[in-house]
Amino acid sequence: MPTFTMRVFRGDADGGDFKEYQVDADEGMVVLDVIHRLQATQAHDLACRWNCKAGKCGSCSAEINGKPRLMCMTRMNLFPAGQTISVAPIRTFPIIRDLVTDVSYNYEKAKSVPPLRLKPPEADGTYRMMQEDIDRIQEFHKCIECFLCQDVCHVIRDHEEHKRAFAGPRFFIKIAGLDMHPLDTVDRSEFALRQAGVGLCNITKCCTEVCPEHIHITDNGIIPMKERMTDNFDPIVWLLRKFRGGQKEAPA
Amino acid sequence: MANQDYETHEHDVLVIGAGGAGLRAAIEAAAQGVSVGLVCKSLLGKAHTVMAEGGIAASLGNVWPEDNWQVHFRDTMRGGKMLNNWRMAQLHAQEAPDRVLELERWGALFDRTKDGRILQRDFGGHRYARLAHVGDRTGLEMIRTLQYHGIHQGIDVYMECKVERLLKDGDRVCGAFGYWRNTGQFVLFKTKAVVLATGGIGKAWKITSNSWEYTGDGQSLALWAGADLMDMEFVQFHPTGMVWPPSVRGILVTEGVRGDGGTLKNSTGERFMFNYIPEFFKSETADNEKEADAWYEDKKNNRRTPDLLPRDEVARAINAEVKAGRGSPHGGVFLDICTRRPADYIRRRLPSMYHQFKELADVDITKEPMEVGPTCHYVMGGVRVDADTTAATIPGLFAAGEVAAGLHGSNRLGGNSLSDLLVFGRRAGLYAALYAKDFGGAVTITPSKVESIASAMLAPFSRSGGENAYALQAELQDTMQTLVGIIRTESELKEALKRLGALKDRSGKVRVEGGRTYNPGWHIALDLTSLLTVSECCAQAALERKESRGGHTREDHPYTDDTWGKVNIVQRLREGVVRLTRESLPQMPDELRVLFQERK
Repeated sequence: MPTFTMRVFRGDADGGDFKEYQVDADEGMVVLDVIHRLQATQAHDLACRWNCKAGKCGSCSAEINGKPRLMCMTRMNLFPAGQTISVAPIRTFPIIRDLVTDVSYNYEKAKSVPPLRLKPPEADGTYRMMQEDIDRIQEFHKCIECFLCQDVCHVIRDHEEHKRAFAGPRFFIKIAGLDMHPLDTVDRSEFALRQAGVGLCNITKCCTEVCPEHIHITDNGIIPMKERMTDNFDPIVWLLRKFRGGQKEAPA
Repeated sequence: MANQDYETHEHDVLVIGAGGAGLRAAIEAAAQGVSVGLVCKSLLGKAHTVMAEGGIAASLGNVWPEDNWQVHFRDTMRGGKMLNNWRMAQLHAQEAPDRVLELERWGALFDRTKDGRILQRDFGGHRYARLAHVGDRTGLEMIRTLQYHGIHQGIDVYMECKVERLLKDGDRVCGAFGYWRNTGQFVLFKTKAVVLATGGIGKAWKITSNSWEYTGDGQSLALWAGADLMDMEFVQFHPTGMVWPPSVRGILVTEGVRGDGGTLKNSTGERFMFNYIPEFFKSETADNEKEADAWYEDKKNNRRTPDLLPRDEVARAINAEVKAGRGSPHGGVFLDICTRRPADYIRRRLPSMYHQFKELADVDITKEPMEVGPTCHYVMGGVRVDADTTAATIPGLFAAGEVAAGLHGSNRLGGNSLSDLLVFGRRAGLYAALYAKDFGGAVTITPSKVESIASAMLAPFSRSGGENAYALQAELQDTMQTLVGIIRTESELKEALKRLGALKDRSGKVRVEGGRTYNPGWHIALDLTSLLTVSECCAQAALERKESRGGHTREDHPYTDDTWGKVNIVQRLREGVVRLTRESLPQMPDELRVLFQERK
C-alpha cells in the first residue's frame, strides 16, 4: 500500500495555505478516495464537493498538481509512489472553503442563454429528427457541467472585467447546441456576440484539453460558431448598414 | 441566541430535492401560477438522476408497434410481484409516453430510429424494446433538459441547502427548516405545501451505487412529521455493479449492457442465468441460448433471454453463483459483451461504460469481459401516497419519485424510475399547487419549535469527547450490508435492530470539529439521524415480512406467500416509536385483472 504526501489547500475567503498529509492509497484508488480517507481519519472538516464518483456528475473538479481535473477520475497510480500531490480548488472561482468554490457565475450565465423555441410539429403532432442531424449536438449534451473549461479559460481566469460580458466555453457549446438543434427557431447570434462574448475567445483550445468528456469544444463548437458569426454578422457591414440606415439592424 | 438567527423565505409550494421528480414537480407547480421554491442538497443538476444510464420506459411503440400501456402496466406489475399499487402502475404506463415527448419538446435529444423517431432499447422485464435513451447517459440528458427548462420558469432555486425538519401547524405541513451547506447558516421556509422528491436510502449500505446524498431524508422528514411509510423492506440490489478495484466497488454498470446483447457468465464460462428461471417467468423466458440470442431480433417467435429477468432475480442468481464458488477472481461474475457485439457498436451504444471501465479499472470492454456483482441501488418503499395526487397521509405533504412508495411494488423494473420521476413529479407539482391555491388562512410557524431544531443541530459542536460521525456511518453501512442485505434471516435482522439501536444512542454523542462553513463532518453528523431512521424502518419491516418477494429475500422463509401478497407493511411514528401495521393492498378492477390472464 503506497503512501503519498498530499498537499491539500485549506482555507477560505480570508486566506489559507496548503497543508501536508501522509495518506495510504489502496489499489485502484482515485484522488477523491484519498480525500475521503483524509476526511474520515485526519481532517474531518476538509470541504470538498462530490456526488457520483464515476465521472458523470462533474462535482469534484479541482486542480491536481496544477491541472484542472475531476478528482474521481484521477487514478493515484498516475503518480509515482512517494510523489507529493497537490490538490487545490478550481481557482477561477471565489473560494468558499478548502476545495469548494462559489460557481454561481456559471448558473447566472446559464440563465442568460435564450432557450429553445420549437417550430411547429409535423401533421401527426410529432417531431422527426434524423440521427445524423443530432450527432454533433449529442456530443455537446455530454457536458457534465464540471466547469473545468470555465476554470481554465484565461478570459475568465485572468480578466475579472470580462466576466460580465463573457459566458465561457461551457455556454458556447450550450448556445451552439441550441443553434444547431434541427427544430429550433431562435437566432442567438446577437446574444452570442454581445452578451456571451464569443469574440473574446482566441481559440487556445485550453478548454478542449481539460474536458473530461472529450468534447471538441473549440473545433466543433466555438469555431463553427465564430464562422456563423462572420457569415451572418460582419460588424463592418453592420456599421455600414447602420450609417446608411433603413435596413435591418439585427442579423438575419 | 445570535447563532440561531435564520433567514425566512415564503412560497406556495416548496419542492425538496431537485432530481428528475423535484424538477418536474417544480416546473408543473410554477405552470399553475403559484410561487415555487426548489431546495437541493447539491448544486443544481448533480442529483442522482444524472447517473441514470439505461433509459426511460414508455410504450411509445416506435420499435415494436405491438407495445401499448397495457403491456407496460402488466410488465410493471409482474416485475413488482403484484405488490404494486395498481392505480399508480396504470397512471405511470398511461402517461409515460406523453412525458417523454414533452421532454423532447423541451430540448432532449434521444437516439433516433431510422425514420427519425425516438429509438427504444431492450431492458429487463420489459416485453418489448421500450426505453427511450441517449447512449448510456439518459439521466444526464433528462436532468439537463429539465434543469434548463426549469430555470426559465420563475422557480427560486436554493442550492446546497438541506432541510432538516418539516414544520406543522396543527395537522398540516406549514414549513421546513434547514441550513445552507455553504455557510452553515439556518434557513426557514414558510410554505402551504411541500413536495418531497429527495430520492432514496442507498447510503445505508456499504456497497452501493448511491452517492452521499441518499440518506433517507425525505422518508425521515415524512415519518417525523407523522406521515406513513410503506414497503420499506423492499430494497433493490442492482445485479451489475463494478467489483474491482475496491475503490469503485458498487458503481453502476447499466442494464443496457445486457439489453444490447451482453450476457452473464460464471468462472466456467457458463451462461448461468438459464439455471435460475423462476416458475413465475418460465412461460416468457427462453430456456436455451439459441432462442435467447434470437429474441433480440425477433420477439414474436422467441422468448426473452434470462439475462434480462427482473433485477431481483438476476441479483440473487449472481449471489448464488459466487457463493457456490463459480465467481470471478474478485468475487463477482463476468458480464461479456466483447465476444457478442462489434467494438464500434459497443463504443457507440455504451460510451460511458467503455470510458468508466477503461479509466477506473483498466479494462477495455470491447476486448475483455467486465467483472460485476450486486450493488444497493434503489428502495421501492417510502412515503405512502395517494395514487392520483401523490398526497402523503398528512395534509400539505406530497411525495414523488424514489422517496414515494407503491408504483414498483416489491421490485422495480429498469427504466421505470426515470418515467416514474416524470409522471409522478408532474402530478405532485400539479396537486401540491392546487392544494396551495385552495389553502385557507395563514401559514403560522411556532418560533420555539424552530429554536429547538436549531439547538439540536448545533449540539455536536459543543459536546466534549464523543463519537466520530464518519466512523458511525461506516458501522451503520457494515451493519446493513452484512445483516440486511440481499439474503436476510430472522436472527440477523434482530441483530441488526440491536446494533442500530446502539448506534442511535452513540449518534447522540457525536462531536464535530471546525466551524459551520461547509463542514462535511457536520453534514455527515446531521444526515446520520435520517440514515439511522430509515435503516431501522427497513430492518423492522424486513423482520415482519415472513416470505420472499422481489427485493426482500428471507433465507428462513424462501417462498412467496399469497397471504403476504395481499398486504403492505405500513410504518408510522407514535410516541417517538416506529409502529408497524399490515394493511390490505388495494385490489385492481376486473378490466385490468384480465390483462394477467392472457398469455402469448
